[in-house]
Amino acid sequence: MAPDTDTGADQHITEVGGTGVPIPGDDVDTDQILPAKFMKEVTFDNMADYLFYDARRDDDGEFNDHPLNRFEGASIAVVNSNFGCGSSREHAPQAMMRWGIDGVIGESYAEIFRDNCKSLGIPAVTTDHETVVELQEWIEANPDGDVEIDVEAKTVTYGDTTIDVDIDGAMREALVDGIWDTTALMYSNRSKVDATVDGLPYVEGDD
Amino acid sequence: MSEGTLYDEVWEKHKVTELPNGQDQLFIGLHLVHEVTSPQAFGMLRERDLDVAYPDRTFATTDHIAPTEAEKRERPLADDQAEEMLSALERNTSESGITFFGFESGKQGITHVVAPELGLSQPGMTVACGDSHTATHGAFGSIGVGIGTSQIRDVLATGCIAADKQKVRRIEVEGELGEGVYAKDVIMKVIQDLGVDGGVGHVYEYGGPAIEALDMEGRLAVCNMSIEGGARAGYVNPDETTYEYLRGREYVPEGEAFEERKAYWESIRSDDDAEYDDVVTVDADGIDPMVTWGINPGQVIEITDRVPHPDDFEARTDREAAEQALDHMAIDPGQSMVGYDVDVAFLGTCTNGRLSDFAEAAKVLEGHTVDEGVRALAVPGSETVRQQCEERGIDETFINAGFQWRRAGCSMCLAMNDDALEGDEVCASSSNRNFIGRQGSKDGRTVLMSPAMVAAAAVEGEVVDARDYLDDEPAGGAGGVEEVAD
Repeated sequence: MAPDTDTGADQHITEVGGTGVPIPGDDVDTDQILPAKFMKEVTFDNMADYLFYDARRDDDGEFNDHPLNRFEGASIAVVNSNFGCGSSREHAPQAMMRWGIDGVIGESYAEIFRDNCKSLGIPAVTTDHETVVELQEWIEANPDGDVEIDVEAKTVTYGDTTIDVDIDGAMREALVDGIWDTTALMYSNRSKVDATVDGLPYVEGDD
Repeated sequence: MSEGTLYDEVWEKHKVTELPNGQDQLFIGLHLVHEVTSPQAFGMLRERDLDVAYPDRTFATTDHIAPTEAEKRERPLADDQAEEMLSALERNTSESGITFFGFESGKQGITHVVAPELGLSQPGMTVACGDSHTATHGAFGSIGVGIGTSQIRDVLATGCIAADKQKVRRIEVEGELGEGVYAKDVIMKVIQDLGVDGGVGHVYEYGGPAIEALDMEGRLAVCNMSIEGGARAGYVNPDETTYEYLRGREYVPEGEAFEERKAYWESIRSDDDAEYDDVVTVDADGIDPMVTWGINPGQVIEITDRVPHPDDFEARTDREAAEQALDHMAIDPGQSMVGYDVDVAFLGTCTNGRLSDFAEAAKVLEGHTVDEGVRALAVPGSETVRQQCEERGIDETFINAGFQWRRAGCSMCLAMNDDALEGDEVCASSSNRNFIGRQGSKDGRTVLMSPAMVAAAAVEGEVVDARDYLDDEPAGGAGGVEEVAD
């Protein structure tokens, strides 16, 4: 029977938006985003519960004033530089997505984190430090205000302001054209893979 | 654009086609799988009714959740979640025809220790694993990349990843290392110079006299921490050191076939006139042992230096990061790390869990005992390493000194098993990340250092310069690990 490589992950993602949440700090690592102790589950189903688990709680285990506690229901995270560095765990963007994040605006991202966002259909756009800080402050002042990412036009709109942003070319193409499900895409190239493999002296008797 | 580098050569050989979004479809020649990031990927495969495309190019072991106390490795594991992860991996690999190195195999251990020592990692390969430390395998002159779970699904189903070609930065490491200074110190020096995000968008090609003088275990430690510098991959061009290390290992061909394979390995070396996107020189001549003082691996100094003041940093964000680090570590600017109290000593991991690491630490421990206030764990990177240490009596040195001698696993590097910091304990650690909460306690504090430095800290109960313990050693120890690398 023909394998089902079409799983609905072929959605065209041209715009995402909603209220925002600032997550300030450079080099926010994936151990903070999703502490390792919560990776002992064989599915991603519960990951939203563990998002920034330690950072969001005080010593008594009660919620503190972490932005994720103050901006519940937000769809757009606004972060600083080298966000998502460290461990490759997809658990981190999975937790963000399952918590409700549909898009990220930041100064820069660690590469594996950005790749993982692409795999999940989460646009991760970039702009300069001052613009990010301005947007973070605007969200603090306008918790109910909408922040819209236009992936196709490469802009972000909040309040009366529209700014140009950057997005990795491959990520933009994949999201806008609905080809971010790379399994389906690459599965259709099997005969070409065989040809590549034939040229590799270390692969013997491949199937 | 780079041209004629090993990265270019290996990329071209593994490139299947260009995808519609401009990325390349890249064949993965070695896929390493462990229990934590793979079960969801196998689940996705089942949902789509897809098979594993290249089971013969896929190898699995268990490391992250592996209990390191012998009695806790009996099945079912006491930790239900750990047992579920391990069982899922056993089922997934057996159903797919993937070789699995479990507890009973005698070869279980950390993926990035196991694959090199079995000869699975070879020059000119592409290596992927759902773990950011996959760059380790670049020590052989391969391209090793850490991937997320959706990409694991891609590799399982198609043998490929969708990838962007990176820029290539040649890092020329000059100088000679003194006694008691190791590969770990070199890579921490590189990260100190280039920053934790300096490598974003780049692959690091490590070269120069200080790198070429390293044995394979040293090169593995250097490449391992590429990701801590923001580079997804890092590599060293293969040379005689590489080929001699590989000769005779289980998955390496013998005789005529070895020579044929070696011709391929030679062919992918960077050309003498290769072009790099940029070249950076790092001076490692006469550096002192490195220790971290903060909460990322870039917050690091030589042991003879002082903890910097936040005002020493130009960027506001670096100043803020330094303030946060000083606060978390409860340390003052201008202070020396020498004398910083240590509660736990942890020796092991994919960075420093190999035979030479334990051998060097044992030199420090010989004739000394662990401070009574210190909990000291020695966790071999693999069961093979454990056996090698035990054959040489290295385990006895550790046990006599007061270390707990454990079985193989990731252990307290990220505390997914029972090995974790408690409260605000300070850990002298041979691991790779000093992030807040990394070792299992959100108030825990990590000081990264070489294995010899961990051993010395265990003895003193505080951070010290391990060279004080090596002074009475006969000369010629620093590179003397060849005799034990079998």
